Amino acid sequence: MTTSLPPGIQLEKADDRIMTLNVGPQHPGSGHMRLIIKVDGDYIVSCDPDPGYVHRGEEKMAEYRNYIQNIPHLERPIIHDSCNILYPYCLAVEDLLGLEVPERAKYIRVIASELNRCVYTLYWLAIYGIFLGHSTMFMWPMGDREFCIDLLEAMSGARVTHAYFVPGGVRNDVPANFEERCLRQIDYFEKRLKQYEDIFYQNPVLKQRTEGTGVLSRMDAIRLGTTGSVLRSAGVDFDVRKKEPYDVYDNLDFQTQVLKEGDSYARSRVPYLDMLESCRIIKDALKKMPKSGSVRTKLKPNPKGGNEEAYRRVESGRGSLGMYIVSDGKPEPYRVKISVGSFRNLICMPYLLKGEKLGNMPAVYWSLNYWPVEADR
Amino acid sequence: MSSEKIINEKSSETVETKLEVAKKETIPVVEPKFEKSLAEKVVTKFGTKATIGFIKPNRIRINAKKENILDVATFIRDELNFDHAESVTGVDYPQSKEIEVVYHLGSYTEPQLAKQVLTLATRVPREDIPNPGNDSTRMPSLRDIFYSVEFHERECFEMLGVYFEGHPDNRRLLLPEDWADIPPFRKDFSIKGR
Repeated sequence: MTTSLPPGIQLEKADDRIMTLNVGPQHPGSGHMRLIIKVDGDYIVSCDPDPGYVHRGEEKMAEYRNYIQNIPHLERPIIHDSCNILYPYCLAVEDLLGLEVPERAKYIRVIASELNRCVYTLYWLAIYGIFLGHSTMFMWPMGDREFCIDLLEAMSGARVTHAYFVPGGVRNDVPANFEERCLRQIDYFEKRLKQYEDIFYQNPVLKQRTEGTGVLSRMDAIRLGTTGSVLRSAGVDFDVRKKEPYDVYDNLDFQTQVLKEGDSYARSRVPYLDMLESCRIIKDALKKMPKSGSVRTKLKPNPKGGNEEAYRRVESGRGSLGMYIVSDGKPEPYRVKISVGSFRNLICMPYLLKGEKLGNMPAVYWSLNYWPVEADR
Repeated sequence: MSSEKIINEKSSETVETKLEVAKKETIPVVEPKFEKSLAEKVVTKFGTKATIGFIKPNRIRINAKKENILDVATFIRDELNFDHAESVTGVDYPQSKEIEVVYHLGSYTEPQLAKQVLTLATRVPREDIPNPGNDSTRMPSLRDIFYSVEFHERECFEMLGVYFEGHPDNRRLLLPEDWADIPPFRKDFSIKGR
Protein backbone atom coordinates (compact mmCIF):
# COMPACT_ATOMS: atom_id res chain seq x y z
CA MET A 1 0.00 0.00 0.00
CA THR A 2 2.83 2.40 0.76
CA THR A 3 5.74 3.06 -1.50
CA SER A 4 9.05 1.66 -0.31
CA LEU A 5 11.31 4.06 1.52
CA PRO A 6 14.90 4.68 0.54
CA PRO A 7 17.45 2.68 2.55
CA GLY A 8 18.63 4.26 5.77
CA ILE A 9 15.32 5.79 6.81
CA GLN A 10 13.79 4.11 9.83
CA LEU A 11 10.56 5.82 10.56
CA GLU A 12 9.43 4.34 13.85
CA LYS A 13 12.69 4.52 15.74
CA ALA A 14 13.86 8.01 14.86
CA ASP A 15 11.48 9.92 17.11
CA ASP A 16 13.75 12.90 17.60
CA ARG A 17 13.77 13.52 13.87
CA ILE A 18 10.01 13.61 13.53
CA MET A 19 8.35 16.95 13.06
CA THR A 20 4.63 17.66 13.31
CA LEU A 21 3.02 19.84 10.69
CA ASN A 22 -0.45 21.33 10.79
CA VAL A 23 -1.67 21.50 7.23
CA GLY A 24 -4.81 23.58 7.38
CA PRO A 25 -7.52 24.29 8.31
CA GLN A 26 -7.03 27.41 6.24
CA HIS A 27 -4.19 26.14 4.13
CA PRO A 28 -5.26 26.16 0.48
CA GLY A 29 -3.66 22.75 0.01
CA SER A 30 -6.08 21.05 2.33
CA GLY A 31 -9.36 22.80 1.82
CA HIS A 32 -11.30 23.63 4.96
CA MET A 33 -9.84 20.90 7.08
CA ARG A 34 -6.72 20.17 9.03
CA LEU A 35 -4.28 17.39 8.41
CA ILE A 36 -1.90 16.72 11.29
CA ILE A 37 1.08 15.32 9.49
CA LYS A 38 4.25 13.93 11.05
CA VAL A 39 7.23 14.08 8.77
CA ASP A 40 10.66 12.56 8.88
CA GLY A 41 12.63 14.72 6.50
CA ASP A 42 10.62 14.60 3.33
CA TYR A 43 8.54 11.54 4.16
CA ILE A 44 5.19 11.41 5.89
CA VAL A 45 5.26 9.12 8.90
CA SER A 46 1.64 9.50 9.91
CA CYS A 47 -1.38 11.56 9.01
CA ASP A 48 -4.31 12.33 11.24
CA PRO A 49 -7.20 14.01 9.42
CA ASP A 50 -9.07 16.49 11.57
CA PRO A 51 -12.27 17.59 9.84
CA GLY A 52 -14.95 19.74 11.42
CA TYR A 53 -13.75 23.24 10.64
CA VAL A 54 -16.89 23.92 8.60
CA HIS A 55 -19.31 21.72 10.53
CA ARG A 56 -22.70 23.40 10.45
CA GLY A 57 -25.03 20.81 11.90
CA GLU A 58 -27.18 20.42 8.81
CA GLU A 59 -28.68 17.25 10.24
CA LYS A 60 -29.75 19.01 13.40
CA MET A 61 -31.16 21.96 11.48
CA ALA A 62 -33.25 19.59 9.39
CA GLU A 63 -35.10 18.43 12.51
CA TYR A 64 -36.59 21.89 13.00
CA ARG A 65 -37.93 22.45 9.49
CA ASN A 66 -40.59 20.65 7.51
CA TYR A 67 -39.93 18.57 4.42
CA ILE A 68 -40.21 21.52 2.03
CA GLN A 69 -38.30 24.03 4.15
CA ASN A 70 -35.43 21.57 4.30
CA ILE A 71 -34.75 21.75 0.57
CA PRO A 72 -32.64 24.92 0.31
CA HIS A 73 -30.44 24.38 3.35
CA LEU A 74 -29.75 20.69 2.77
CA GLU A 75 -27.93 21.47 -0.46
CA ARG A 76 -25.44 23.74 1.35
CA PRO A 77 -22.90 21.05 2.20
CA ILE A 78 -22.05 20.77 -1.47
CA ILE A 79 -23.43 23.66 -3.48
CA HIS A 80 -21.48 22.64 -6.59
CA ASP A 81 -23.35 19.36 -6.67
CA SER A 82 -26.62 20.58 -5.23
CA CYS A 83 -28.88 18.46 -7.43
CA ASN A 84 -27.14 15.28 -6.37
CA ILE A 85 -27.41 15.99 -2.67
CA LEU A 86 -31.11 16.83 -2.94
CA TYR A 87 -31.75 13.76 -5.07
CA PRO A 88 -31.60 11.14 -2.27
CA TYR A 89 -33.50 13.49 0.04
CA CYS A 90 -36.33 13.79 -2.48
CA LEU A 91 -36.33 10.02 -3.13
CA ALA A 92 -36.50 9.28 0.59
CA VAL A 93 -39.25 11.83 1.22
CA GLU A 94 -41.19 10.42 -1.73
CA ASP A 95 -40.92 7.01 -0.10
CA LEU A 96 -42.20 8.41 3.20
CA LEU A 97 -45.04 10.44 1.72
CA GLY A 98 -45.89 7.91 -0.98
CA LEU A 99 -45.52 10.33 -3.88
CA GLU A 100 -45.44 9.41 -7.56
CA VAL A 101 -43.05 11.32 -9.79
CA PRO A 102 -44.23 12.21 -13.32
CA GLU A 103 -42.25 10.56 -16.13
CA ARG A 104 -41.01 13.84 -17.61
CA ALA A 105 -39.77 15.00 -14.20
CA LYS A 106 -37.71 11.84 -13.86
CA TYR A 107 -35.85 12.61 -17.07
CA ILE A 108 -35.39 16.26 -16.14
CA ARG A 109 -33.93 15.15 -12.81
CA VAL A 110 -31.48 12.84 -14.53
CA ILE A 111 -30.37 15.59 -16.92
CA ALA A 112 -29.99 18.11 -14.08
CA SER A 113 -28.05 15.74 -11.87
CA GLU A 114 -25.69 14.73 -14.68
CA LEU A 115 -25.08 18.38 -15.58
CA ASN A 116 -24.41 19.06 -11.94
CA ARG A 117 -21.99 16.17 -11.76
CA CYS A 118 -20.06 17.84 -14.61
CA VAL A 119 -20.12 21.19 -12.79
CA TYR A 120 -18.73 19.63 -9.64
CA THR A 121 -16.16 17.48 -11.38
CA LEU A 122 -14.84 20.41 -13.39
CA TYR A 123 -14.49 22.50 -10.26
CA TRP A 124 -12.65 19.71 -8.55
CA LEU A 125 -10.48 19.12 -11.62
CA ALA A 126 -9.54 22.79 -11.66
CA ILE A 127 -8.35 22.59 -8.06
CA TYR A 128 -6.54 19.35 -8.71
CA GLY A 129 -4.82 20.96 -11.68
CA ILE A 130 -3.70 24.08 -9.86
CA PHE A 131 -2.30 22.12 -6.91
CA LEU A 132 -0.19 20.10 -9.27
CA GLY A 133 1.09 23.34 -10.78
CA HIS A 134 -0.85 22.96 -13.99
CA SER A 135 -2.46 26.36 -14.35
CA THR A 136 -4.03 25.65 -17.75
CA MET A 137 -6.00 22.93 -16.04
CA PHE A 138 -7.30 25.55 -13.64
CA MET A 139 -8.46 27.91 -16.38
CA TRP A 140 -10.01 25.43 -18.79
CA PRO A 141 -12.42 23.61 -16.47
CA MET A 142 -13.44 26.88 -14.84
CA GLY A 143 -14.32 28.23 -18.28
CA ASP A 144 -16.04 25.09 -19.55
CA ARG A 145 -17.98 24.79 -16.34
CA GLU A 146 -19.97 27.80 -17.52
CA PHE A 147 -21.62 25.72 -20.27
CA CYS A 148 -23.18 23.42 -17.74
CA ILE A 149 -23.94 26.28 -15.35
CA ASP A 150 -25.73 28.15 -18.12
CA LEU A 151 -27.91 25.15 -18.83
CA LEU A 152 -28.70 24.65 -15.16
CA GLU A 153 -29.43 28.35 -14.82
CA ALA A 154 -31.92 28.08 -17.66
CA MET A 155 -33.56 25.15 -15.89
CA SER A 156 -33.63 26.38 -12.32
CA GLY A 157 -32.97 30.12 -12.38
CA ALA A 158 -29.91 29.98 -10.16
CA ARG A 159 -26.29 29.57 -11.16
CA VAL A 160 -25.03 27.39 -8.33
CA THR A 161 -27.52 26.82 -5.51
CA HIS A 162 -30.35 25.47 -7.61
CA ALA A 163 -32.76 23.97 -5.05
CA TYR A 164 -34.33 22.52 -8.16
CA PHE A 165 -35.47 19.14 -6.91
CA VAL A 166 -38.55 18.93 -4.75
CA PRO A 167 -40.30 15.86 -3.38
CA GLY A 168 -42.61 14.82 -6.18
CA GLY A 169 -40.62 16.11 -9.15
CA VAL A 170 -38.77 19.28 -10.01
CA ARG A 171 -39.64 22.86 -9.17
CA ASN A 172 -40.46 24.00 -12.71
CA ASP A 173 -40.36 22.82 -16.29
CA VAL A 174 -37.41 23.50 -18.58
CA PRO A 175 -37.63 26.49 -20.97
CA ALA A 176 -39.06 26.06 -24.46
CA ASN A 177 -35.90 25.75 -26.52
CA PHE A 178 -33.99 23.82 -23.88
CA GLU A 179 -33.49 20.55 -25.74
CA GLU A 180 -31.73 21.92 -28.81
CA ARG A 181 -29.71 24.30 -26.69
CA CYS A 182 -28.64 21.49 -24.39
CA LEU A 183 -27.69 19.21 -27.29
CA ARG A 184 -25.66 21.96 -28.93
CA GLN A 185 -23.79 22.81 -25.77
CA ILE A 186 -23.18 19.23 -24.75
CA ASP A 187 -21.76 18.48 -28.22
CA TYR A 188 -19.30 21.31 -27.85
CA PHE A 189 -18.56 20.39 -24.24
CA GLU A 190 -17.73 16.84 -25.28
CA LYS A 191 -15.24 18.13 -27.85
CA ARG A 192 -13.62 20.27 -25.20
CA LEU A 193 -13.39 17.35 -22.78
CA LYS A 194 -11.44 15.34 -25.34
CA GLN A 195 -8.79 18.06 -25.36
CA TYR A 196 -8.29 17.56 -21.62
CA GLU A 197 -6.88 14.17 -22.41
CA ASP A 198 -3.99 15.68 -24.39
CA ILE A 199 -3.19 18.64 -22.21
CA PHE A 200 -3.65 17.06 -18.80
CA TYR A 201 -3.93 13.31 -18.66
CA GLN A 202 -1.18 12.59 -21.18
CA ASN A 203 1.09 15.22 -19.66
CA PRO A 204 4.35 13.44 -18.72
CA VAL A 205 4.90 15.64 -15.65
CA LEU A 206 1.47 14.84 -14.27
CA LYS A 207 1.94 11.15 -14.95
CA GLN A 208 5.30 11.14 -13.24
CA ARG A 209 3.87 12.75 -10.13
CA THR A 210 0.67 10.80 -9.81
CA GLU A 211 1.30 7.34 -11.23
CA GLY A 212 2.18 4.96 -8.43
CA THR A 213 1.58 7.49 -5.64
CA GLY A 214 -1.00 6.72 -2.99
CA VAL A 215 -1.88 3.25 -4.22
CA LEU A 216 -5.06 1.77 -2.75
CA SER A 217 -5.49 -1.94 -3.30
CA ARG A 218 -8.80 -3.49 -4.24
CA MET A 219 -9.15 -5.32 -0.94
CA ASP A 220 -8.38 -2.19 1.07
CA ALA A 221 -10.86 -0.16 -0.93
CA ILE A 222 -13.57 -2.65 0.01
CA ARG A 223 -12.46 -3.08 3.61
CA LEU A 224 -12.31 0.66 4.24
CA GLY A 225 -15.74 1.10 2.70
CA THR A 226 -14.66 3.72 0.18
CA THR A 227 -17.00 4.83 -2.52
CA GLY A 228 -17.24 6.60 -5.86
CA SER A 229 -14.15 7.31 -7.90
CA VAL A 230 -11.83 6.04 -5.14
CA LEU A 231 -13.54 2.68 -5.21
CA ARG A 232 -13.90 2.44 -8.96
CA SER A 233 -10.30 3.37 -9.60
CA ALA A 234 -9.27 0.42 -7.44
CA GLY A 235 -11.02 -2.07 -9.68
CA VAL A 236 -14.37 -2.47 -7.94
CA ASP A 237 -17.30 -2.17 -10.30
CA PHE A 238 -19.83 -0.36 -8.17
CA ASP A 239 -21.98 2.53 -9.31
CA VAL A 240 -25.33 3.13 -7.63
CA ARG A 241 -26.76 4.27 -10.96
CA LYS A 242 -26.17 0.76 -12.34
CA LYS A 243 -26.52 -1.36 -9.22
CA GLU A 244 -29.63 0.20 -7.72
CA PRO A 245 -31.07 2.29 -10.55
CA TYR A 246 -33.25 5.14 -9.36
CA ASP A 247 -35.75 7.07 -11.50
CA VAL A 248 -34.98 6.26 -15.15
CA TYR A 249 -31.32 5.25 -15.02
CA ASP A 250 -32.19 1.68 -15.99
CA ASN A 251 -33.56 2.94 -19.34
CA LEU A 252 -30.49 4.92 -20.22
CA ASP A 253 -27.42 3.84 -22.11
CA PHE A 254 -24.16 4.27 -20.22
CA GLN A 255 -21.32 2.29 -18.71
CA THR A 256 -19.59 2.24 -15.36
CA GLN A 257 -16.02 3.45 -15.58
CA VAL A 258 -13.61 1.20 -13.73
CA LEU A 259 -9.82 1.38 -13.63
CA LYS A 260 -7.55 -1.13 -11.92
CA GLU A 261 -4.46 0.82 -10.85
CA GLY A 262 -5.78 2.46 -7.68
CA ASP A 263 -3.17 5.22 -7.73
CA SER A 264 -3.65 8.99 -7.78
CA TYR A 265 -3.61 9.02 -11.57
CA ALA A 266 -6.43 6.50 -11.83
CA ARG A 267 -8.39 8.29 -9.13
CA SER A 268 -8.13 11.57 -11.00
CA ARG A 269 -9.11 9.92 -14.27
CA VAL A 270 -12.30 8.14 -13.22
CA PRO A 271 -14.29 11.37 -12.64
CA TYR A 272 -13.14 12.61 -16.05
CA LEU A 273 -14.35 9.42 -17.73
CA ASP A 274 -17.57 9.80 -15.76
CA MET A 275 -18.09 13.22 -17.30
CA LEU A 276 -17.88 11.71 -20.78
CA GLU A 277 -20.48 9.15 -19.69
CA SER A 278 -22.61 11.98 -18.28
CA CYS A 279 -22.67 13.57 -21.75
CA ARG A 280 -23.89 10.25 -23.16
CA ILE A 281 -26.58 10.00 -20.49
CA ILE A 282 -27.78 13.56 -21.10
CA LYS A 283 -28.04 13.02 -24.87
CA ASP A 284 -29.85 9.73 -24.39
CA ALA A 285 -32.21 11.23 -21.81
CA LEU A 286 -33.03 14.16 -24.11
CA LYS A 287 -33.94 11.66 -26.82
CA LYS A 288 -36.15 9.51 -24.60
CA MET A 289 -37.77 12.29 -22.57
CA PRO A 290 -41.53 12.76 -23.02
CA LYS A 291 -42.02 16.03 -24.90
CA SER A 292 -44.72 17.35 -22.62
CA GLY A 293 -46.46 16.58 -19.40
CA SER A 294 -46.48 17.52 -15.79
CA VAL A 295 -43.18 17.85 -13.90
CA ARG A 296 -44.40 17.91 -10.33
CA THR A 297 -46.90 16.15 -8.13
CA LYS A 298 -48.91 18.55 -6.06
CA LEU A 299 -48.17 18.27 -2.38
CA LYS A 300 -50.62 18.86 0.40
CA PRO A 301 -49.67 21.74 2.68
CA ASN A 302 -47.38 20.56 5.51
CA PRO A 303 -47.14 16.96 4.37
CA LYS A 304 -46.61 14.35 7.08
CA GLY A 305 -44.94 10.98 6.92
CA GLY A 306 -45.98 7.91 8.87
CA ASN A 307 -44.08 6.24 11.68
CA GLU A 308 -41.43 4.86 9.40
CA GLU A 309 -37.98 5.39 7.99
CA ALA A 310 -36.42 5.54 4.56
CA TYR A 311 -32.85 5.16 3.34
CA ARG A 312 -32.15 6.08 -0.27
CA ARG A 313 -28.88 6.60 -2.05
CA VAL A 314 -27.70 8.01 -5.36
CA GLU A 315 -24.36 8.24 -7.11
CA SER A 316 -23.07 11.78 -6.65
CA GLY A 317 -19.88 13.29 -8.00
CA ARG A 318 -18.03 11.89 -4.99
CA GLY A 319 -19.66 8.52 -4.74
CA SER A 320 -22.69 7.05 -3.09
CA LEU A 321 -24.71 9.66 -1.22
CA GLY A 322 -27.34 8.35 1.12
CA MET A 323 -30.15 10.00 3.06
CA TYR A 324 -31.63 8.29 6.06
CA ILE A 325 -34.82 9.93 7.26
CA VAL A 326 -36.74 8.83 10.33
CA SER A 327 -40.26 10.17 10.54
CA ASP A 328 -42.51 10.16 13.58
CA GLY A 329 -45.70 11.37 11.95
CA LYS A 330 -44.96 15.08 12.28
CA PRO A 331 -44.38 17.54 9.42
CA GLU A 332 -40.73 17.74 10.44
CA PRO A 333 -38.41 14.74 10.09
CA TYR A 334 -37.41 13.18 13.42
CA ARG A 335 -33.85 12.55 12.30
CA VAL A 336 -32.00 13.15 9.05
CA LYS A 337 -28.66 11.54 8.41
CA ILE A 338 -26.63 12.45 5.36
CA SER A 339 -24.16 9.71 4.52
CA VAL A 340 -21.72 11.39 2.17
CA GLY A 341 -18.98 10.01 -0.03
CA SER A 342 -16.39 12.51 1.21
CA PHE A 343 -16.78 11.39 4.80
CA ARG A 344 -16.58 7.75 3.83
CA ASN A 345 -13.43 8.29 1.78
CA LEU A 346 -11.75 10.23 4.57
CA ILE A 347 -10.78 7.01 6.33
CA CYS A 348 -8.28 6.02 3.66
CA MET A 349 -6.35 9.30 3.85
CA PRO A 350 -3.99 8.17 6.68
CA TYR A 351 -3.29 4.93 4.83
CA LEU A 352 -2.52 6.57 1.52
CA LEU A 353 -0.37 9.39 2.85
CA LYS A 354 1.80 7.23 5.11
CA GLY A 355 5.18 6.85 3.50
CA GLU A 356 4.55 9.37 0.74
CA LYS A 357 6.74 12.38 0.12
CA LEU A 358 5.32 15.55 1.61
CA GLY A 359 5.35 17.16 -1.83
CA ASN A 360 2.96 14.48 -3.07
CA MET A 361 0.44 15.27 -0.36
CA PRO A 362 -1.77 17.54 -2.53
CA ALA A 363 -1.65 15.01 -5.37
CA VAL A 364 -2.96 12.28 -3.11
CA TYR A 365 -5.29 14.47 -1.05
CA TRP A 366 -7.15 16.00 -3.96
CA SER A 367 -7.25 12.77 -5.93
CA LEU A 368 -9.54 11.42 -3.20
CA ASN A 369 -12.27 13.64 -4.59
CA TYR A 370 -12.77 14.98 -1.11
CA TRP A 371 -14.94 17.97 -0.35
CA PRO A 372 -14.39 19.15 3.25
CA VAL A 373 -17.64 21.08 3.51
CA GLU A 374 -19.63 18.05 2.50
CA ALA A 375 -17.77 15.75 4.86
CA ASP A 376 -18.44 18.06 7.82
CA ARG A 377 -22.09 18.68 6.97
CA MET B 1 -41.30 3.32 20.99
CA SER B 2 -39.66 0.21 19.66
CA SER B 3 -39.49 -0.36 15.94
CA GLU B 4 -41.51 -3.59 16.08
CA LYS B 5 -44.35 -1.47 17.33
CA ILE B 6 -43.90 0.93 14.46
CA ILE B 7 -44.37 -1.83 11.93
CA ASN B 8 -47.53 -3.14 13.59
CA GLU B 9 -49.07 0.27 13.80
CA LYS B 10 -48.26 1.09 10.21
CA SER B 11 -50.82 -1.17 8.60
CA SER B 12 -53.70 0.23 10.67
CA GLU B 13 -52.75 3.88 10.73
CA THR B 14 -51.95 4.64 7.11
CA VAL B 15 -55.59 5.08 6.16
CA GLU B 16 -56.22 8.18 8.18
CA THR B 17 -52.95 9.97 7.41
CA LYS B 18 -52.47 9.72 3.67
CA LEU B 19 -55.31 9.27 1.24
CA GLU B 20 -53.18 8.76 -1.85
CA VAL B 21 -51.00 6.22 -0.15
CA ALA B 22 -53.91 4.34 1.27
CA LYS B 23 -55.15 3.64 -2.27
CA LYS B 24 -51.82 2.15 -3.27
CA GLU B 25 -51.38 0.10 -0.14
CA THR B 26 -54.72 -1.64 -0.39
CA ILE B 27 -52.93 -4.07 -2.69
CA PRO B 28 -51.49 -6.64 -0.26
CA VAL B 29 -47.81 -5.99 0.18
CA VAL B 30 -45.81 -9.02 -0.89
CA GLU B 31 -42.54 -9.26 0.97
CA PRO B 32 -39.72 -9.62 -1.53
CA LYS B 33 -38.39 -13.18 -1.59
CA PHE B 34 -34.66 -12.61 -1.66
CA GLU B 35 -34.73 -10.09 1.14
CA LYS B 36 -36.94 -12.37 3.18
CA SER B 37 -34.58 -15.30 2.78
CA LEU B 38 -31.68 -13.15 3.99
CA ALA B 39 -33.56 -11.92 7.03
CA GLU B 40 -34.76 -15.41 7.89
CA LYS B 41 -31.20 -16.70 7.88
CA VAL B 42 -30.44 -14.27 10.70
CA VAL B 43 -33.59 -15.13 12.61
CA THR B 44 -33.10 -18.91 12.35
CA LYS B 45 -29.56 -18.51 13.63
CA PHE B 46 -30.29 -16.18 16.53
CA GLY B 47 -33.93 -16.82 17.35
CA THR B 48 -35.30 -14.18 19.66
CA LYS B 49 -31.97 -12.39 20.00
CA ALA B 50 -32.40 -10.76 16.60
CA THR B 51 -35.76 -9.65 15.23
CA ILE B 52 -36.81 -8.43 11.84
CA GLY B 53 -37.71 -4.75 11.84
CA PHE B 54 -39.06 -4.66 8.31
CA ILE B 55 -38.54 -6.24 4.92
CA LYS B 56 -38.97 -3.90 1.97
CA PRO B 57 -37.58 -4.12 -1.56
CA ASN B 58 -33.77 -3.82 -1.24
CA ARG B 59 -33.99 -2.90 2.43
CA ILE B 60 -33.90 -5.16 5.47
CA ARG B 61 -33.88 -4.08 9.05
CA ILE B 62 -32.59 -6.31 11.83
CA ASN B 63 -32.95 -5.26 15.45
CA ALA B 64 -30.57 -6.79 17.94
CA LYS B 65 -29.85 -6.37 21.62
CA LYS B 66 -26.58 -4.67 22.31
CA GLU B 67 -25.29 -7.76 24.11
CA ASN B 68 -25.64 -9.76 20.90
CA ILE B 69 -24.66 -7.09 18.41
CA LEU B 70 -21.14 -8.45 17.91
CA ASP B 71 -22.37 -11.97 17.13
CA VAL B 72 -25.09 -10.74 14.81
CA ALA B 73 -22.69 -8.43 12.98
CA THR B 74 -20.09 -11.19 12.61
CA PHE B 75 -22.77 -13.49 11.20
CA ILE B 76 -23.91 -10.80 8.76
CA ARG B 77 -20.36 -10.29 7.57
CA ASP B 78 -19.30 -13.93 7.31
CA GLU B 79 -22.48 -15.70 6.24
CA LEU B 80 -24.44 -12.99 4.42
CA ASN B 81 -21.32 -11.34 2.90
CA PHE B 82 -22.05 -7.73 3.75
CA ASP B 83 -18.60 -6.18 3.80
CA HIS B 84 -18.75 -2.48 4.62
CA ALA B 85 -20.76 0.12 6.50
CA GLU B 86 -22.26 3.06 4.67
CA SER B 87 -23.18 5.04 7.71
CA VAL B 88 -23.70 4.88 11.44
CA THR B 89 -26.56 6.96 12.75
CA GLY B 90 -27.61 7.70 16.28
CA VAL B 91 -31.25 8.47 16.89
CA ASP B 92 -32.25 9.87 20.26
CA TYR B 93 -35.50 8.72 21.93
CA PRO B 94 -35.78 10.67 25.20
CA GLN B 95 -39.26 9.32 26.06
CA SER B 96 -38.12 5.71 26.18
CA LYS B 97 -34.72 6.76 27.60
CA GLU B 98 -32.87 5.08 24.78
CA ILE B 99 -30.57 5.97 21.94
CA GLU B 100 -30.78 3.89 18.82
CA VAL B 101 -27.60 3.22 16.89
CA VAL B 102 -28.27 2.28 13.29
CA TYR B 103 -25.68 0.70 11.00
CA HIS B 104 -26.36 0.72 7.26
CA LEU B 105 -24.40 -2.13 5.75
CA GLY B 106 -23.72 -2.82 2.08
CA SER B 107 -21.74 -5.23 -0.02
CA TYR B 108 -19.24 -4.71 -2.82
CA THR B 109 -18.01 -8.27 -3.21
CA GLU B 110 -21.30 -10.13 -3.66
CA PRO B 111 -23.04 -8.99 -6.90
CA GLN B 112 -26.43 -10.25 -5.68
CA LEU B 113 -26.27 -7.94 -2.69
CA ALA B 114 -25.25 -4.78 -4.56
CA LYS B 115 -28.81 -3.45 -4.33
CA GLN B 116 -29.32 -4.37 -0.71
CA VAL B 117 -28.80 -2.15 2.28
CA LEU B 118 -29.05 -4.01 5.56
CA THR B 119 -30.02 -1.89 8.52
CA LEU B 120 -28.68 -3.26 11.76
CA ALA B 121 -30.07 -1.42 14.76
CA THR B 122 -29.53 -1.66 18.45
CA ARG B 123 -30.55 0.39 21.47
CA VAL B 124 -28.43 1.66 24.29
CA PRO B 125 -29.63 3.22 27.57
CA ARG B 126 -29.73 6.98 27.74
CA GLU B 127 -29.06 9.12 30.76
CA ASP B 128 -30.71 12.47 31.33
CA ILE B 129 -27.50 14.10 32.43
CA PRO B 130 -24.95 12.73 30.00
CA ASN B 131 -21.34 12.17 30.86
CA PRO B 132 -20.00 10.88 27.53
CA GLY B 133 -17.61 8.01 27.94
CA ASN B 134 -18.29 7.48 31.65
CA ASP B 135 -21.99 6.68 31.84
CA SER B 136 -24.11 3.68 30.86
CA THR B 137 -24.60 4.92 27.30
CA ARG B 138 -22.18 2.49 25.74
CA MET B 139 -22.03 -0.47 23.42
CA PRO B 140 -19.34 -2.66 21.85
CA SER B 141 -17.65 -1.18 18.81
CA LEU B 142 -18.11 -2.92 15.48
CA ARG B 143 -14.79 -1.62 14.24
CA ASP B 144 -13.11 -5.03 14.37
CA ILE B 145 -15.89 -6.50 12.25
CA PHE B 146 -16.50 -3.67 9.82
CA TYR B 147 -13.34 -1.65 9.60
CA SER B 148 -15.15 1.13 7.76
CA VAL B 149 -17.16 2.23 10.80
CA GLU B 150 -14.13 3.87 12.41
CA PHE B 151 -14.91 7.51 11.66
CA HIS B 152 -18.66 7.01 11.74
CA GLU B 153 -18.52 5.70 15.31
CA ARG B 154 -16.29 8.57 16.32
CA GLU B 155 -18.89 10.95 14.97
CA CYS B 156 -21.68 9.11 16.78
CA PHE B 157 -19.77 9.28 20.06
CA GLU B 158 -19.33 13.04 20.01
CA MET B 159 -22.75 13.85 18.56
CA LEU B 160 -24.84 11.57 20.78
CA GLY B 161 -22.51 10.50 23.56
CA VAL B 162 -22.60 6.79 22.74
CA TYR B 163 -19.30 5.32 23.87
CA PHE B 164 -18.02 2.48 21.71
CA GLU B 165 -16.08 -0.01 23.81
CA GLY B 166 -13.02 -1.32 22.04
CA HIS B 167 -12.83 1.50 19.54
CA PRO B 168 -9.15 2.46 19.27
CA ASP B 169 -9.72 6.16 18.81
CA ASN B 170 -12.58 7.82 20.66
CA ARG B 171 -11.40 11.40 20.19
CA ARG B 172 -13.50 14.30 18.94
CA LEU B 173 -13.89 14.46 15.20
CA LEU B 174 -16.17 17.24 13.98
CA LEU B 175 -16.88 19.23 17.12
CA PRO B 176 -14.41 21.82 18.42
CA GLU B 177 -11.97 20.68 21.10
CA ASP B 178 -13.46 23.05 23.67
CA TRP B 179 -17.05 21.89 23.25
CA ALA B 180 -18.43 21.75 26.79
CA ASP B 181 -22.16 21.34 26.20
CA ILE B 182 -24.14 18.10 25.99
CA PRO B 183 -23.83 16.04 22.80
CA PRO B 184 -25.56 18.25 20.23
CA PHE B 185 -27.64 15.67 18.36
CA ARG B 186 -29.59 14.74 21.47
CA LYS B 187 -33.14 16.00 21.42
CA ASP B 188 -32.74 18.09 24.57
CA PHE B 189 -30.03 20.17 22.90
CA SER B 190 -31.95 22.82 21.03
CA ILE B 191 -30.75 25.34 18.49
CA LYS B 192 -30.78 28.92 19.67
CA GLY B 193 -34.03 30.67 18.86
CA ARG B 194 -35.92 27.46 18.13
